[in-house]
Amino acid sequence: MVERIAIALREARRDLTPTAAVCLVIISLVLLAAILAPFLAPYREGEILTTGSFVSPGDGLLLGSDYLGRDLFSRLFYGLRLTVVVSFMIAFLAFLVGCSLGFLAAVLGGRFDMLISRLVDALIAFPAIMLALIVLTALGPSIPVLVVTIAFIDSTRVFRVARALGVDIVVQDYIEAATVRGERFGWLMWHEILPNALVPLAAEFGIRFTYAILFISALSFLGLGVQPPQADLGVLIRENMQGLLYGTFSPLYPALCIAAITVSINLLVDWYLRRNDAASPEDLQ
Amino acid sequence: MNILSVIVQRLGLGILTVLIVSLLVFVGTEILPGDVAHAILGQGATPELVANIRERLGLDEPAHLRYLAWLGELLRGDLGTSLANGAILNDVIGERIGNTVLLAAVTAAIAVPLSIVLGLVASTRPDSAIDRLISTSTLALISVPDFLIAVLLVSLFAVQLGWLPAIANLNRVDGFLEYARVLALPVTALSFTVMAHMARMTRSAVLNVLTSSPIEMAILKGVPKWRIILVHALPNAIAPIINVIALNLAYLITGIVVIESMFNFPGVGRLMVEGVTTRDIPLVQAAAMIFCSTYVVLNLAADIVSLIANPRVRHPK
Repeated sequence: MVERIAIALREARRDLTPTAAVCLVIISLVLLAAILAPFLAPYREGEILTTGSFVSPGDGLLLGSDYLGRDLFSRLFYGLRLTVVVSFMIAFLAFLVGCSLGFLAAVLGGRFDMLISRLVDALIAFPAIMLALIVLTALGPSIPVLVVTIAFIDSTRVFRVARALGVDIVVQDYIEAATVRGERFGWLMWHEILPNALVPLAAEFGIRFTYAILFISALSFLGLGVQPPQADLGVLIRENMQGLLYGTFSPLYPALCIAAITVSINLLVDWYLRRNDAASPEDLQ
Repeated sequence: MNILSVIVQRLGLGILTVLIVSLLVFVGTEILPGDVAHAILGQGATPELVANIRERLGLDEPAHLRYLAWLGELLRGDLGTSLANGAILNDVIGERIGNTVLLAAVTAAIAVPLSIVLGLVASTRPDSAIDRLISTSTLALISVPDFLIAVLLVSLFAVQLGWLPAIANLNRVDGFLEYARVLALPVTALSFTVMAHMARMTRSAVLNVLTSSPIEMAILKGVPKWRIILVHALPNAIAPIINVIALNLAYLITGIVVIESMFNFPGVGRLMVEGVTTRDIPLVQAAAMIFCSTYVVLNLAADIVSLIANPRVRHPK
């Protein structure tokens, strides 16, 4: 097993293009910064250091202060951490639900497939942001509500991809062999279909993760996502918009952080699909 | 099947979709586990205020009756009254809807032709330098949040250069040039993301047609390239391209909500965001119905146009 992974890694390194390598480095740095935020950030998240708003960089404040006189550089670490954690939870939950139902629909077919596919069609006919805004009006913004709502919206997209992949795999001979052998649904789903759908699903996970980052940031930016005093990257942009008028670039840093992660992941997914000669999950929907 | 009956069938499906949407909008705002009135008032809930809200929302009636009543009023063109300030929603939304339509229409008028040209250029020379450039830059653009583009534009053109206003105040604007100045930044910010999505989808749709067997046949026969694209490929690509445009209206709607809030643009998108913040359920329901029905209707229109454009549907065997 270890040997196989080592070989796979060596092959991946051989195929690595310069763009993909840069993306990989950026993603690793982002993950490291998110995990080690409390150790890397020079100050605590809410610590007020100066009385001035939007103080320019210098004096130990690498990127200057925010509107309350907190260190923007430190806040970026914590914001990044929250964005990454929340988005990962959203993507993970969306996958758990979307893949299970998608594979189940592919294996069972018939009425179950019909029912759930029509339901997903109806939900996809609905612009995602509208669904989110409606639920947020009723339940109010809190992190659990945001995670479940966005994961629910995302799971409909994952369902389509998983079902499309599953339907193609179900007609293969090895599935018939497994069925004849007397394997159960659970085995078919997790031991026969999943391993054979892994490449497009891994790509889809990358796409869903970036989508979750963009969605949660947009909601936070609108004031409907993460609520202060907690701050993700979207909240940091919102809080610091005024800084532009003071001639600082404070809202640009969190915005660039978001772009760095999402662009890197998307370019890496693109490389990964080309390398494996797989169709984009978007085309499967 | 006769084309007319196909169209009638699609129209019926469209009406059904709008009904499902209305049900979703209604259920969505009613999924609260406890009492809506308490949730809206939060900590400041006195018994009188709760009773007041319950009465205004008609919460004492069963849900299905409330839904039917709400739907009936919607059908008669009555959007209800705002919970936050008691304003008549028809007036509030009527005042702003023109602005939103203007923003969306100008963006579409710029973004649609440009992105189709980009997609066509990229698809006719797959894997060439220009295709790589278009594909990579649009991929980067769709990964970038709309507000990053907006922030960059504001900081460059409004703050550093001072050429354009950072806030889209339409109150004292008259004359074409003034309008253009105010709309320039929101429209540009909105166009970027929509264009990136649309160009990518156009590229893959046209590429799909270009690799089909009739085109391969034409290439083998030695038909010149311009003729292949204009005479053989384009008529078959119209339907997928129209579908691409319709699909991207979803991004436009998301974009409008974000960009209107960003530029303080007096439109329905910003109004809706304010409604969510103040938990003004009737306002959010009304705005959601407007956005979603527009989306459904435009998709339906695209569907019908691509049906008419498809020769196989037009001339049934």
